[in-house]
Amino acid sequence: MTTLNYKRADFQSDQEVKWCPGCGDYTILASVQSYMAEMGVAREDVVFISGIGCSSRFPYYMNTYGMHSIHGRAPAIASGVITANPDLSVWVVTGDGDALSIGGNHLIHALRRNVNLKILLFNNQIYGLTKGQYSPTSEVGKTTKSTPLGSIDFPFNPVSLALGADASFVARTLDMDRKHTIEILKRAHEHEGTALIEIYQNCNVFNDKAFNALTGKEERDFNQIRMEDGEPIIFGPDREKAVVIENGVARIVDTNSVDPSQIHVHDSHQVNPSMAFALSRLSSHPDGPTPLGIFRDINRPVYDREVSRQIEAVTEKRGPGDLQKLIASQGTWTVE
Amino acid sequence: MSETTATLPVNESPSEQQELDKVIIRFAGDSGDGMQLAGTRFTDASAAFGNDLATFPSFPAEIRAPAGTLAGVSTFQVQIADFDILTPGDEPDVLVAMNPAGLKSNLKDVRPNGTIVVNSEAFIERNLHRAGYDKNPLEDGSLDSYRIISAPMETLTKEAVKETGVTGREVLRSKNFFALGLMAWLFNRPLDPTTEWLEKKFSKRPEVLNANLAALKAGWNFGLTTDAARTTYSVKPAKLEPGTYTNVTGNTAMAWGVIAAGQAAKLPVFYGTYPITPASDILHELSRHKNFGVKTFQAEDEIAGIGATVGAAFTGHLAFTGTSGPGLALKSETISLALMTELPLIIIDVQRGGPSTGLPTKPEQADLLFSIFGRHGEAPMPVLAAKSPSDAFAITIEAARIALKYMTPVIVLSDNSIATGSEPWNLPDVSKLPDISKPFLTGPNAGDEYLPYLRDPQTFARDWAVPGTPGLEHRIGGLEKQEVTGNVSYDPNNHQLMIDTRAWKIANIANDIDPVETDGDPDAKLLVLGWGSTYGVIQGAARRLLKRGVPVATAHLRHLNPFPANLGEVIRSFEKVLIPELNMGQLRHLIRAEYLVPAIGFNKVSAEPFKVSEVEKKILEIIES
Repeated sequence: MTTLNYKRADFQSDQEVKWCPGCGDYTILASVQSYMAEMGVAREDVVFISGIGCSSRFPYYMNTYGMHSIHGRAPAIASGVITANPDLSVWVVTGDGDALSIGGNHLIHALRRNVNLKILLFNNQIYGLTKGQYSPTSEVGKTTKSTPLGSIDFPFNPVSLALGADASFVARTLDMDRKHTIEILKRAHEHEGTALIEIYQNCNVFNDKAFNALTGKEERDFNQIRMEDGEPIIFGPDREKAVVIENGVARIVDTNSVDPSQIHVHDSHQVNPSMAFALSRLSSHPDGPTPLGIFRDINRPVYDREVSRQIEAVTEKRGPGDLQKLIASQGTWTVE
Repeated sequence: MSETTATLPVNESPSEQQELDKVIIRFAGDSGDGMQLAGTRFTDASAAFGNDLATFPSFPAEIRAPAGTLAGVSTFQVQIADFDILTPGDEPDVLVAMNPAGLKSNLKDVRPNGTIVVNSEAFIERNLHRAGYDKNPLEDGSLDSYRIISAPMETLTKEAVKETGVTGREVLRSKNFFALGLMAWLFNRPLDPTTEWLEKKFSKRPEVLNANLAALKAGWNFGLTTDAARTTYSVKPAKLEPGTYTNVTGNTAMAWGVIAAGQAAKLPVFYGTYPITPASDILHELSRHKNFGVKTFQAEDEIAGIGATVGAAFTGHLAFTGTSGPGLALKSETISLALMTELPLIIIDVQRGGPSTGLPTKPEQADLLFSIFGRHGEAPMPVLAAKSPSDAFAITIEAARIALKYMTPVIVLSDNSIATGSEPWNLPDVSKLPDISKPFLTGPNAGDEYLPYLRDPQTFARDWAVPGTPGLEHRIGGLEKQEVTGNVSYDPNNHQLMIDTRAWKIANIANDIDPVETDGDPDAKLLVLGWGSTYGVIQGAARRLLKRGVPVATAHLRHLNPFPANLGEVIRSFEKVLIPELNMGQLRHLIRAEYLVPAIGFNKVSAEPFKVSEVEKKILEIIES
């Protein structure tokens, strides 16, 4: 048995990291490497699978098993990895274009099946690697190289999308908040099933300060809505704002304007996703108050474990397959 | 015309029995008439009796096309013989037509003076009109040159099943068993195999079991008591190679081949796929046999099907994906990824009529060039093809052997006629399967270092290091790899080297596959070269000609890329090469390009296999030209 006494450096590969200087990806990489050292899983049992895009270079920098695959397909490939060996810890690194545009189908089906994958969705609301086109999370009206007159595409809210696909674990964090990121990574790892973590990630070259409302020194205290299980959702520098949910709709109110019992107490373990969904609709875009933390964390059967369980159950019942018997199973005749 | 109907008096004298060496029977009816089932049961009864046989089912892509129309006709052809045959035959001796549409769309194929068995009660105004008949062909004399056996199958089936408890629409469902019973009488087939099959199939629905049994017996008795034909026929058991045989379709044999390959490789099997006609039956069969350690993954789409397969291959499973033409197109990019990452996986393509959605339930061999060249960039990979339903078993194991030994994706081609057609298969002793295992790397492969793209000097294959192995953590991906280390490399010289290396690795497989063998007359001037499902017709045509003293030689390719090392030499030893293909000349294209010989094509893409007679005629034409 290997003693797992890792340091962050043990998860750093020998490859030079080649993101643009100042990219939010560096911080996320550091958070993930730090968390890997304390995760308690042997390095050889960790696999990182990515698609295509800036964020998808991630596996090259992790000293674990990994595959930098093709655009949008990481959840499908990772599903094969974990189904082949459910004892691995399999992480998917993807971006808003990779996961929500070309790979949208694979993402929702991984979430639906509840495959034991930890999906890190780096959302920078732009196509970076192809040099600055609008993405499926870019805001309407966004002017980019491919939308000189402003984007007319309505964007996805990744958290709402994941909840709509019945994801068993959905969370949101910020690239620069390493402590919060690591806390979410830990919870995702502990969760059995698919975990989708949306990480707001700054692209300082093509979409700088897209998340300024949440990260700017002046703004962040007003806009970060931290959700903690068992706690009423109250935010603002003086805790002057609160969230209430009425008739399935969440809204922000002045804390003083409501009875404290009306303030929504967060519970990510609620099986019914309605409250989580209502919270996800508080912001259609991170330019104002936006919830951060774990929206949903529930248990339901895990696909890869179920695949193995079915095989074990049928093998116990019928015994291991006998190929000679199988090929003779449709009736035979003998020629002397 | 010797027509008999149910109203004829019972003939007490026993019918005369005539022995035939072979007979071709085609069952034709509405998609919902159960013709595939009747045909399959007739086939299995003949197999159990010991005949050699070959089948060709054909059905519309629609599950239930409008009843009574020509578009809705489903057919099942079987040839049974007392000698070794290879095809379902050209012209049916007997056509069973359950309705006017079945008669109309198949009559042109029936041999002159053949026998036609009809359900007379289906020949009513409405059905005649739907099939496009102005007059009832049973009454207008147009069938005078055929022998007609006419039975009011609906009345007799209703009568037969009335005590069994089936009601409503279920009553007439049994009429295919009536037809089957009548055919069993006409061809002196044993009823036991069908009875046993029914007892097993409907053990939990006794009323359906009894109805089908009653209809089956009623059909037999109808033949016997009305003396429906003066003569009945028998086809003796065939003198096949000694052994234990089963009747197997290509899709089933391929699914078993997948399981067998897993055992031969000592690896768990992963089959990632998306439902598509005509490949889905492979998934169905495999999903029934999870106690062989088979993991089946029905993905959200074709791309995810192969994506998961790549993931499973990376993780050390023997990984397969199965599809048909449209799906192969969707998988193209992921096949390139497997090629770049040099992971072993097997892509099964059960070809159907294309392009686009094409003809989903019809045979065609038109994915050959796409299999060999259908990827962006310089992306060579092995391509193999099954030559018959039973060969689908062996070719799948061979594909897995190559995939593992050379760490490469491999395409295996089947087609609709192989997939759904069946033939007797002399069962192999599975304890003698070849050992095709490729051990995982468990430690460093270069001193104390692990180099992911270090190659075996003989095969140029890299090592297989799977997640979970301490010390061998590494990253692979679609970006060009630096030789040896596998790190990302943009070095132009390295790119050239890697492209050369990958090409050489695949080309070198030519020396590790069986040389192509020729059959027939070694002094012939003409070689008939084939691949895939044309094996049976080409052999059939050549045998007929050889029997008549016409010199002809044949060769059949199971390896399409690379070709067997001796193929050029073989081809050049003949004056002429004829290549019959169910496409517009794809193998011919390759042969001409590779060996600079003026290969002659014989091509057909009319949604059905070649007839033996067509190929025979073409061979004669070439020989005489």
